[in-house]
Amino acid sequence: MNLKETELSLGLPGGAQAVETPTKSSVGNKRGFSETVDLKFSLHSNKQGPVEEKILLKDPAKPPTKAQVVGWPPVRNYRKNVMAQPKSSEGEEASSGGGGGGIVGFVKVSMDGAPYLRKVDLKMYKSYKDLSDALTKMLSSFTMGSYGAQGMINFMNESKVMDLLNSSEYVPSYEDKDGDWMLVGDVPWPMFIESCKRLRIMKGSEAIGLAPRAMEKCKNRS
Amino acid sequence: MSEDESPPLDLRPEPPCSSSSAVDSTPNKSRNCISSSTASQTFPDHVLENVLENVLQFLDSRCDRNAASLVCKLWWKVEALTRSEVFIGNCYALSPARLTQRFKRVKSLVLKGKPRFADFNLMPPDWGANFAPWVSTMAKAYPWLEKVDLKRIFVTDDDLALVAESFPGFKELILVCCEGFGTSGIAIVANKCRKLKVLDLIESEVTDDEVDWISCFPEDVTCLESLAFDCVEAPINFKALEGLVGRSPFLKKLRLNRFVSLEELHRLLLGAPQLTSLGTGSFSHDNEAHHQSEQEPDYAAAFLACKSVVCLSGFRELMPEYLPAIFPVCANLTSLNFSYANISPDMFKPIIHKCHKLQVFWALDSICDEGLQAVAATCKELRELRIFPFDPREDSEGPVSELGLQAISEGCRKLESILYFCQRMTNAAVIAMSENCPELTVFRLCIMGRHRPDHVTGKPMDEGFGAIVKNCKKLTRLAVSGLLTDQAFRYMGEYGKLIRTLSVAFAGDSDMALRHVLEGCPRLQKLEIRDSPFGDVALRSGMHRYYNMRFVWMSACSLSKGCCKDVARAMPNLVVEVIGSDDDDDNRDYVETLYMYRSLDGPRKDAPKFPLLREKAPCISDRSCSEVEQAWVCLQYQRRYSSLEPLRGGTGGVKAISNYGLVLEGMRRAKARGFSDVSH
Repeated sequence: MNLKETELSLGLPGGAQAVETPTKSSVGNKRGFSETVDLKFSLHSNKQGPVEEKILLKDPAKPPTKAQVVGWPPVRNYRKNVMAQPKSSEGEEASSGGGGGGIVGFVKVSMDGAPYLRKVDLKMYKSYKDLSDALTKMLSSFTMGSYGAQGMINFMNESKVMDLLNSSEYVPSYEDKDGDWMLVGDVPWPMFIESCKRLRIMKGSEAIGLAPRAMEKCKNRS
Repeated sequence: MSEDESPPLDLRPEPPCSSSSAVDSTPNKSRNCISSSTASQTFPDHVLENVLENVLQFLDSRCDRNAASLVCKLWWKVEALTRSEVFIGNCYALSPARLTQRFKRVKSLVLKGKPRFADFNLMPPDWGANFAPWVSTMAKAYPWLEKVDLKRIFVTDDDLALVAESFPGFKELILVCCEGFGTSGIAIVANKCRKLKVLDLIESEVTDDEVDWISCFPEDVTCLESLAFDCVEAPINFKALEGLVGRSPFLKKLRLNRFVSLEELHRLLLGAPQLTSLGTGSFSHDNEAHHQSEQEPDYAAAFLACKSVVCLSGFRELMPEYLPAIFPVCANLTSLNFSYANISPDMFKPIIHKCHKLQVFWALDSICDEGLQAVAATCKELRELRIFPFDPREDSEGPVSELGLQAISEGCRKLESILYFCQRMTNAAVIAMSENCPELTVFRLCIMGRHRPDHVTGKPMDEGFGAIVKNCKKLTRLAVSGLLTDQAFRYMGEYGKLIRTLSVAFAGDSDMALRHVLEGCPRLQKLEIRDSPFGDVALRSGMHRYYNMRFVWMSACSLSKGCCKDVARAMPNLVVEVIGSDDDDDNRDYVETLYMYRSLDGPRKDAPKFPLLREKAPCISDRSCSEVEQAWVCLQYQRRYSSLEPLRGGTGGVKAISNYGLVLEGMRRAKARGFSDVSH
């Protein structure tokens, strides 16, 4: 895995063109967070990049007038996003985190019949067991009486997956990168966290349709 | 969302006490206290009185509790037991454990997290200000908690779930400029907090978890008085909302999001005529609405029925032809927020001409100078004006100018607070405002083009801002812009004696500018500076002030790491965060962002882990901080005195205080660490 690519730094998205400037004022030298948070600014400053860097050096009091600076004018992202046309604001919503994607690394967990979703950060867990414990704890707090702790069993145990399919107990499934719904427990944990986009705890009886795929993948692995 | 007025004693929570009671009662009480408390029996009365006088004369009315808590050990204890609302202006100024150790019966918490410049992408997104440690500590310590009011705090769904589960009497949840949670967290609160009166989500980022959270409110009659969800970018179940409003007889404030159409608004209004504050939602039709064929609902009649509405906002996707529907309520309005509606002067003028009672007005600059002139002609009671840019770019056209400002200053003499974005301004107009509006406490002028001078004379904006600080004697908050030399800051230091919050961007020529402010503004609490040529000399010049301030922010200035380290070393109770500087050799000493604040509990443990903070920085990443001794002095006392003239009689005053409980503890700790004495 190329860790360098995932490393957070303050360079412009292109990486190489960031020029280190020894002078104090960094007008136009703003980097880093603008790329992750405000796509509008980063697109603009990217184009201006080399030009900005050169001009700002000598005279901090007279910055380049055309380059957009991060966070200036001081209008909150919230307001900027709202002022954009609603229909075309998809991109900006996503960039501000207001859309469905939300926080990086989190997947939504829904449970059949429960009134609301939860979110988990899969990277916080080291194994299926960890995830199972966390989910049990989380989902047992739903107020619906019939979904109490008794309804949840240790379904993440890989060996028990096949047993569960024939029962009416709950079965965890997940949507992978390809948009397919798979049974949890199928693949090695590291592969699971890479490919899982969303979790759904469904009733065992409904999960029957997923079984053949799981069986196939098991066969392919062994 | 008004700026708080807390005086310098921010580490001590402040409740709303009247000023007279404490001042009258303390002398008597102190005498009683002396006779009953063994610890202070050895004290000569006159020393205590002397100290009390010195402390009290510098405290504002809201500090009554803080003052009372310093009188003696007994007072401190009793005050801590009886304080029910706690205000914490900087969540990192102390730990949650400290809060719960001191205050035992807290019902309400107001907590603020990130500094304001975080709103403008100047801070890493996961910098901190997490609610989690606060809620988990309070869950155990304050099961009777009723109210939580958070600003710029990172709140997760789990935090909200914990709130819902831990506080059976929970009544008010207010989240302003917060993020980290979604509609699932809101659903849990709605479902489990049976006594909920206030659920206000204001300018927060709320992720859409595809949850019908409106349906999660309990089926029976609710206690709801205020429900604000205009910032929730997710469709809602209107039928459930209608039902909810129908069974909420106490509902006074309702702020809808843009997914509520005009017809739906109409239905709601018919069912809730008791509303006093209304956020109208989109104020437009759905595309599939068949209003061409059927008779259009009588929107004006619905508004006419709402005789109690005094506060109107929303208009998120305004269809201007329907704006006249609000005519019936205009005469009653005290607050009108058009700041999400692109209204032209022609659409605007008929409305504003009816709003004679208006006190708070927010709008976009699309109303132009012409619209502002109309405001000036009609709204004689105006207290607060905010004009936001429709096109928030530096080189945009800018439809408002000094003409609008001048008109407002002449027409709205009672103006107290103004936020004005523009592209062109003159000193003359700003001076006029300073002369016409003596009640100004907040003056925030943002000339969007950087370094822009007076566009008529070509001169810097020094004289304009100078006049503001000189003539507006009640000014507590100032934000400057345009071309400014050190002279402007000289004025600020000379005249800005009540300024508590100062925002500076792209201004000044040298260190002297910042020095003027640091040396001249004794009430300064919050200082935020960006892209200005202030360096180490200026930073050092303020060291006598930093313990008396809530925070100092300086980004893209001329600071060096060495200086920041020196400051951190010299001031043990100051947390110095150096954010975002490079490890690159060429830039090794350059400080991208400095954010420093006083703290009773030292550097925080939850700083982001990736290499945005330098290893050797004298702050978060240096976990042991052994070189930064935690010598704990009585901060409150020190704060009171370090901004004053030196006490006559030298350190006698310090020793007199030393028997107070708070300092005893400090002395004990300091002596345990090898300090021979504690002084300031």
